[in-house]
Amino acid sequence: MVGTLALRNLFHDRIRLIVTLVGILFSVVLVAVQLGLYMGARKMIIGMIDNANAQIWITAFGTKSFEEAPFLNGSERFTALSTPGVAGAIPLVVSFAQWRKPGGGSQLCVVVGTDPKDNGLKPWNVIAGSPEAVSNPNAVMVDRSYLSSLAINGMGDTAQIENVRVEVAGMTDGIRSFTTAPYVFTSLTRARRILGGNSQQATFFLVQVKPGVDVKQVQTALRARLPNREILTTAEFRNRSLDHWLFGTGAGIALIGGALLGLLVGTVIVAQTLYSSTKDHLNEFATLRALGSSKGYINKVILAQAGLSAIMGYALGMSIALAILYASRDTALPIVMTPGLAVGLFTLTLGMCAISAVSAIMKVTRIDPAMVFAR
Amino acid sequence: MTTRNVLEAHAIIKDLGQGAGKVRALKGVDLELHRGDLTLLMGPSGSGKTTLLSILGCILSPTSGDIVIAGRAIGGLSPEALAKVRREHIGFIFQSYNLFPTLNAEENVRLGLDVRGMRSRTALDRARAALERVGLAKKFKSYPGNMSGGEQQRVAVARALASEPSVILADEPTAALDSENGQAVMALLAEIAQDKSRAVLAVTHDHRTLPYADRIIRIEDGLIAGEDRPESKAKGVATSADAATGKDEASKQQAAPEDTAA
Repeated sequence: MVGTLALRNLFHDRIRLIVTLVGILFSVVLVAVQLGLYMGARKMIIGMIDNANAQIWITAFGTKSFEEAPFLNGSERFTALSTPGVAGAIPLVVSFAQWRKPGGGSQLCVVVGTDPKDNGLKPWNVIAGSPEAVSNPNAVMVDRSYLSSLAINGMGDTAQIENVRVEVAGMTDGIRSFTTAPYVFTSLTRARRILGGNSQQATFFLVQVKPGVDVKQVQTALRARLPNREILTTAEFRNRSLDHWLFGTGAGIALIGGALLGLLVGTVIVAQTLYSSTKDHLNEFATLRALGSSKGYINKVILAQAGLSAIMGYALGMSIALAILYASRDTALPIVMTPGLAVGLFTLTLGMCAISAVSAIMKVTRIDPAMVFAR
Repeated sequence: MTTRNVLEAHAIIKDLGQGAGKVRALKGVDLELHRGDLTLLMGPSGSGKTTLLSILGCILSPTSGDIVIAGRAIGGLSPEALAKVRREHIGFIFQSYNLFPTLNAEENVRLGLDVRGMRSRTALDRARAALERVGLAKKFKSYPGNMSGGEQQRVAVARALASEPSVILADEPTAALDSENGQAVMALLAEIAQDKSRAVLAVTHDHRTLPYADRIIRIEDGLIAGEDRPESKAKGVATSADAATGKDEASKQQAAPEDTAA
């Protein structure tokens, strides 16, 4: 009967129900979009790091992210290879450069120089060509979504990066850059030429640890041998990149702040409508109390009202959020929705509605059943 | 407490308000409710009827005095413990019916059982049996808004009856009803009171209810002013079904006895 009473109370005043659902819907959409953007940004920031075949990253001291690392002199590779437990140290060259469009003008891009044979960092989600194609003369590989910003149409098109001529020999799908500067995969040698590095230099050395060897132990040994370099585990480098882009720039704070604002607005609207609904049904709650119901029983009715509102509001809000997500798929910052985020958001919505019920519960807690005789 | 008494109140005093506005609503009331009796509590406005009903119904706590319900003293109990006593022993009938407008008749009665922890098929059967007993067999699915005042009050009676309480307390049960429906509800209460397992107390101003009473207690200025036990009554004249549908001509023709409270 608790569920029946809660449902009937909700539908008794349709206008108020609509206001409640709009409040929850607004909150769910706002939080879903903000957190979806956050997840999308996160995915872009750590995409390269997570797809690299490395347990430890050697880079210049003070490097904050994947895109912003100065050249190392190259001796680090040999130091790493002579360290016990290290199976390989693969050079990787990454830096911003100017992509000169075929028809004039330029676009900032991020050159990622890698040797596919090294099995360090290969392009993934390849939809045209093959990862090995970057070794071909002048070859580069770009993401499908950046074709227009690079002013090219696809395979075989040519352009210049700085003063080096390049030709599109492969394409990927979904490798997006948080900085909005497109990633351009090319060979290690060509990247060094574009960026002015010598044949030994790299911005990162991807350290592969021998099977069964403790990564932390190798990291400690490398730190001792390379005291002026950053020696980071993949998890540490991932966190550092996230900290830099999401919290150092304030972008993440803005996204999380927006999500919190959505929660706050939703909580206030739901609390207000639940409170007024409870106030309208106060005589009924007093009757329940006079009939001998416990406070817990009445609280259950109010919480059930909040829960039902949450379920309906979430279903509506998620439908709209998924439509927005679909519309954002080709934008610079696509929204991401994962099953975990959807479940988390539902839990958050339930929590929000439960908190909203507090004021209503406090109201009925003070109810005097004697009021049933005063009508 | 004798086995005849299902409720006893001793030296009940109740102060209402605070400071200069404090009023002694009850000034030492002694009262017993007997199994199988329909007792009417009558008195002028402000005499303390509703306050006494609230105390007997464990809704208000007395300032001093003792209440014993079904052999259990309830003095000093917490609000939740008093609610438990209400759940287990007391059924209420209110002047304004206090039905839930969003629930149909059957659901209203089931709700009364639900708060007592009675659910599933048993609760449904009991709710339907109670509604049948008050003559609403064809109104299970009717909503209060689509029922007459008399029908609504009978749903309220069914709600009170379904949980089989030791005491049924009715606050002005006929005040909002026309003569015919008022008589029908009183006949119903009289019939319910015939059950030797429970007592029925009705607070009323309505002299048309007098023929149904086993006892009439008069309260004035916070004190019991007297008690009458009418020699003849309408009880037994009405069967539940007839009374409930307001068809009992005999009860309608019964002349109200002289107001013993006057």
